[in-house]
Amino acid sequence: MLSRNSHRAFVFLVVSLALFLLTFADASSHRAERDAALESNARLVAQLGLTDLCLFTEARYTRHPSQADLHSAFQDHPTGLEHFPSGALLPPPRALAASYENLDRKTKSAD
Amino acid sequence: MKTWIEKQKALIDFTLSSLARRKVKNLGMLLVYTLIVFLLASVMLFTHALRREAAEVLKNSPEVIVQRMVAGRHDLIPPGYLEKLGRIRGVQKKEGRLWGYYYDGVVKANYTLMAPSAEAPAAQKVADGKIVIGAAMARARGLATGNLISFRSYSGRLFSFTVADVLPHAAELISADLILMSEADYRAFFDIPAGYYTDIALSVANPQEVRNIAAKLAEALPDSRPILRDEVLRTYESIFNWREGIVLVLLAGSIFAFAIFAWEKASGLSAEEKREIGILKAIGWETGDVIKMKFWEGALISLTAFLLGYVAAYVHVFRFSSMLFEPVLKGWAVLYPRFELTPVVDGFQVATLFFFTVFPYTVATIVPIWRAAITDPDAVMRG
Repeated sequence: MLSRNSHRAFVFLVVSLALFLLTFADASSHRAERDAALESNARLVAQLGLTDLCLFTEARYTRHPSQADLHSAFQDHPTGLEHFPSGALLPPPRALAASYENLDRKTKSAD
Repeated sequence: MKTWIEKQKALIDFTLSSLARRKVKNLGMLLVYTLIVFLLASVMLFTHALRREAAEVLKNSPEVIVQRMVAGRHDLIPPGYLEKLGRIRGVQKKEGRLWGYYYDGVVKANYTLMAPSAEAPAAQKVADGKIVIGAAMARARGLATGNLISFRSYSGRLFSFTVADVLPHAAELISADLILMSEADYRAFFDIPAGYYTDIALSVANPQEVRNIAAKLAEALPDSRPILRDEVLRTYESIFNWREGIVLVLLAGSIFAFAIFAWEKASGLSAEEKREIGILKAIGWETGDVIKMKFWEGALISLTAFLLGYVAAYVHVFRFSSMLFEPVLKGWAVLYPRFELTPVVDGFQVATLFFFTVFPYTVATIVPIWRAAITDPDAVMRG
């Protein structure tokens, strides 16, 4: 059966395709297992009033990006550039610059 | 139909033996191709799962957080501030939160210290002199329930705490560096007088009113900065966006390098390949057959690279906790959460990845062959 190259290639592709499809099945079965953990994490967030994921603990504006103010990345001294590696990975929250200003009072005259 | 299948099989046989003649070059090409798909798929699966995890977990975060700003910096909420908030209609519940950061010189790690609110359930209450710690922090300091640990506060005094509990490993993504302590301990440790808070969490009766309340807050307390839950969720929605982050910027270089390599390999026909086409045509192959043969070559290579790269990426992200990304994400941080992400596979994203990896290569293989195949065999062979 596997005497021809085309047959071997076909079997190889079928096996790879099966593995590919298996990732979808694995994702849905694993998701069911993880739901309980996700639920308990959501509960912990509600109970403690947490606001951020604990991904980068090196600087306060990367530990709690949603709580960071506009200046925190350049906090060290005037014109001091942001220097933490995860700062390069973590773009400044889009909501921060946009809606913070919207919520604030609108200036009537130009600055 | 049977004849058609037999013909394709023969073409594939021929293609594979033709590929085998340049084994090292083609295997190298397949390896690089697979690696590119693997990296792209890993970033895609990781960021997508992380975004979803953030949305699921943070949907329960406080509706509005009110910070006080002094000279552009976050400052403590003074006594009386909470009372002023109470007069804003629509605010259902308000509570001062106490949390801050502590740098532990012993392991050079930053911790987030927090005092659970008075209204937190009994399970989250911490007695005086005790702390509940996150799993990564326990790992970094080698702590277990019942152990004693001392921290030197910013006032220079030494405080000792008993570890009452360690938060579960499954919660590391939100609590890896947390230290929960009682309000009295927190105030004593950071020297914060009664009545002062870090910020205020508000509950709003009608979710539709959140924006109005935030606007009223900014009006009534000009030095306040309201942060809405929506903004928190949007922050995490955009944080690891597909186009954002240095991982992809760095990856872009290797993707372009591969694109040039693949284009060069697939489109620029070598003299040997040209001669092969000439011979095939001379012995009676039709232009269509030559194109079909090259189509199979492109399709087999790109399909294999896509399937292997994608499956490897899935295993890497969801079975090995994205271990290759750890050094990138860790930065200078000492504490890094060990977390398992809930697998989420977005069919549309997979289809996009498939389209952008398999399609261009297959097309790049066919076009130059078509050009060579429609010319006279004699001219092709003479080069």
